[in-house]
Amino acid sequence: MAQNPTAGLGAGAIAEARPPGGLARNPITRWLRANLFNTWLNSAVTLIVLYFAIKGLWSFMDWAFLSAHFEVDDTRVCREAKEGACWALITEKHRFILFGTYPYEEQWRALIVIFLFIALYVVSAMRRFWNRRLALIWAVGLFAIGVLMWGGVLGLRYVENERWGGLPLTLMLATFGIALAFPLGIALALGRRSNMPAIQALCVVYIELIRGVPLISLLFMASVMFPLFLPEGMTIDKLLRAQVAIIMFAAAYLAEVIRGGLQAIPKGQFEAADSLGLSYIHKTGKIILPQALKLVIPPLVNSFIGLFKDTSLVLIIGLFDLLNSAKASIIEPKWVGFGVEAYVFVSIIYFAFCFAMSKYSQELEATLARGHKR
Amino acid sequence: MATKVQGEHRRPPPAAFNLSLNNPTVRAILYQIIVLGGVAFVVWYLVSNTIQNLETRKIASGFTFLYREAGFAIGEGLVEFSPADTYLDAFWVGLLNTLRVAVIGIIFATVFGTILGVARLSRNWLVARAASLYVEFIRNIPLLLQLFFWWSVFRDIFPGPRQALSPVAGVYFSNRGVNFAVPVSDPVHWYMAGAFVIAVFASILIHRWATRRQQMTGEQFPSILTGLGLLFGLPLAVFLIGGAPTTFDWPELRGFNFVGGSTVTPEFTALLIGLIMYTAGFIAEIVRAGILAVSHGQTEAALALGLTRGRVLRLVILPQALRVIIPPMISQYLNLTKNSSLAVAIGYPDIVSIANTAINQTGQAIEGIAIIMIVYLTFSLSISAFMNWYNRHIALVER
Repeated sequence: MAQNPTAGLGAGAIAEARPPGGLARNPITRWLRANLFNTWLNSAVTLIVLYFAIKGLWSFMDWAFLSAHFEVDDTRVCREAKEGACWALITEKHRFILFGTYPYEEQWRALIVIFLFIALYVVSAMRRFWNRRLALIWAVGLFAIGVLMWGGVLGLRYVENERWGGLPLTLMLATFGIALAFPLGIALALGRRSNMPAIQALCVVYIELIRGVPLISLLFMASVMFPLFLPEGMTIDKLLRAQVAIIMFAAAYLAEVIRGGLQAIPKGQFEAADSLGLSYIHKTGKIILPQALKLVIPPLVNSFIGLFKDTSLVLIIGLFDLLNSAKASIIEPKWVGFGVEAYVFVSIIYFAFCFAMSKYSQELEATLARGHKR
Repeated sequence: MATKVQGEHRRPPPAAFNLSLNNPTVRAILYQIIVLGGVAFVVWYLVSNTIQNLETRKIASGFTFLYREAGFAIGEGLVEFSPADTYLDAFWVGLLNTLRVAVIGIIFATVFGTILGVARLSRNWLVARAASLYVEFIRNIPLLLQLFFWWSVFRDIFPGPRQALSPVAGVYFSNRGVNFAVPVSDPVHWYMAGAFVIAVFASILIHRWATRRQQMTGEQFPSILTGLGLLFGLPLAVFLIGGAPTTFDWPELRGFNFVGGSTVTPEFTALLIGLIMYTAGFIAEIVRAGILAVSHGQTEAALALGLTRGRVLRLVILPQALRVIIPPMISQYLNLTKNSSLAVAIGYPDIVSIANTAINQTGQAIEGIAIIMIVYLTFSLSISAFMNWYNRHIALVER
């Protein structure tokens, strides 16, 4: 940590004595001088970084576009060329990667499901819809998603959920994970703040236990231990078991975030609610939670991003989510060795979702903070 | 579970205790009994089902399987292991492998993350942009995907040992892993290690003495320089006195693979690179937030007092920034350790993948998962105990 900010701060204090960028007239030159070439050291650093950035960007462009093969009849062409990406893998396998083993001729349904999910996310992100209507929209949306995925009605072919896969599965695990973990997380957070010792102890043990172990161990538990827990003859399918494990895991993390919000509510709010004679449920639901949740929206969205990324772990217990279908797409001998292309393709998809969420949370944080600034 | 009845800060009057549902205390007790009863029932139900299932499947429960012969080989480890050894030995190898990747990962992630965090605050626009681009990118892609990516890079893109890439003399990257030269072990190296330990203690003593003297007399002593001199000088002196043994064991290409030197497997390297790059993205944000949390006025005030820039950093900024940085940093270390369990996906034999193999071979699912959970819980609980101690230690003493 030796090269910490004072290096910049000390130099800055002196540099600020002059107008930034010196006396140059041209705004571009002025900006360049102020931000890239203000000292000898900085100029050297700029040039070195620029050199590596251009070199790196160029070799990436060369790999990804100039020398890349987008369509080949035989993958030997790619293998012999050596340089350049073999996007032919994506051209041929993109439907498998996106939809997994969902029946090929029914994949338009899975595609609509993806767009429905995205539409639901967009609607939920708009503050205009933050009221009772949102619950209705979600109910209708999820119903439509269920109909499309399962089928069996309206002349749609029935597709059992062992065949679901790819992006719709990832979105489902994430959406239901968040939607069901959220109320559980609120309950756990309230329980942890409760002054009933038994309930508080239960919640603390649950939260600390779950947060102390990796998600993998919970998923293993779901895949090999849940069947032992159930009475003879009763089975739950793997997808549901993984979903339960994800919900249990996410709830513990969300509980800690929400507890942070609850702790930030001033004591006067509790006392005011009590003095109005509100019951615990009214006090919590109408006074405390609305304020506490609003305070923690940004960290909540960060937890959602974490959860979205964590759904990729279900591949370890053999579910065909987006990552696993990418992994499976290169099993065929013809395509063995093109892992990098497959993984770059799915990382773009993951990145798009997570980046959108993170930008949204930053924006929201700025908007919500405005109300508190005086 | 919204069952709390008592007002958060209201106390029922102590007198006139009546046993009716209108009494909040009675209701609270009742609710707790109901909840506890419910939980106990669920646990009893699951346990009884499990016992019954184990009986019908003829799985013997208990940890006696740990003393049986494991019968599988482990690719790499810090201690010797053969298939004839017991499951207990296998778990031990796995635990050491987890610790190995975690400790090395934590060290490098801290260094790399700190550099990135500082770079994000750089006054150089290009450096700051490059660092934030990296952070945004790495944090928004699942770690497991990154691990697969690095593994693919090793397996598919790196050439075989014959065409191995060698960025520095004595270091070879190939699809068999990384091979590098190591110094041939010599007794002098042990003396150097001893000299280093002595130097550490000597510097601590000198620093204490210098602080006390400065407090009593105001006279200063360059204790940091002396310490650094001792730390580097003493082992160097021993090295030179011992005749400077500089024989290296170079990796050599023989047949289809390297012989000599030291090797790390592609699995370990992929896991390590993935963990370091991912965690560094998060550490960068923590470091950045910590530095920003120290207000600029502090620097200005310290400079106005006439402190040198090094002292401003050491005496004013770092102590305040570290207070903000260390708690989330430790939780990132814990995350890195927990994330190392993803090793199972790329075949690095950490504790989780050993347990997974053991479960598949013996069917002892409950015991295997219990071992994983106990190991990780021990890590987390000991770290949170340390954190609580640390937070008390550094808590602001207010008037």
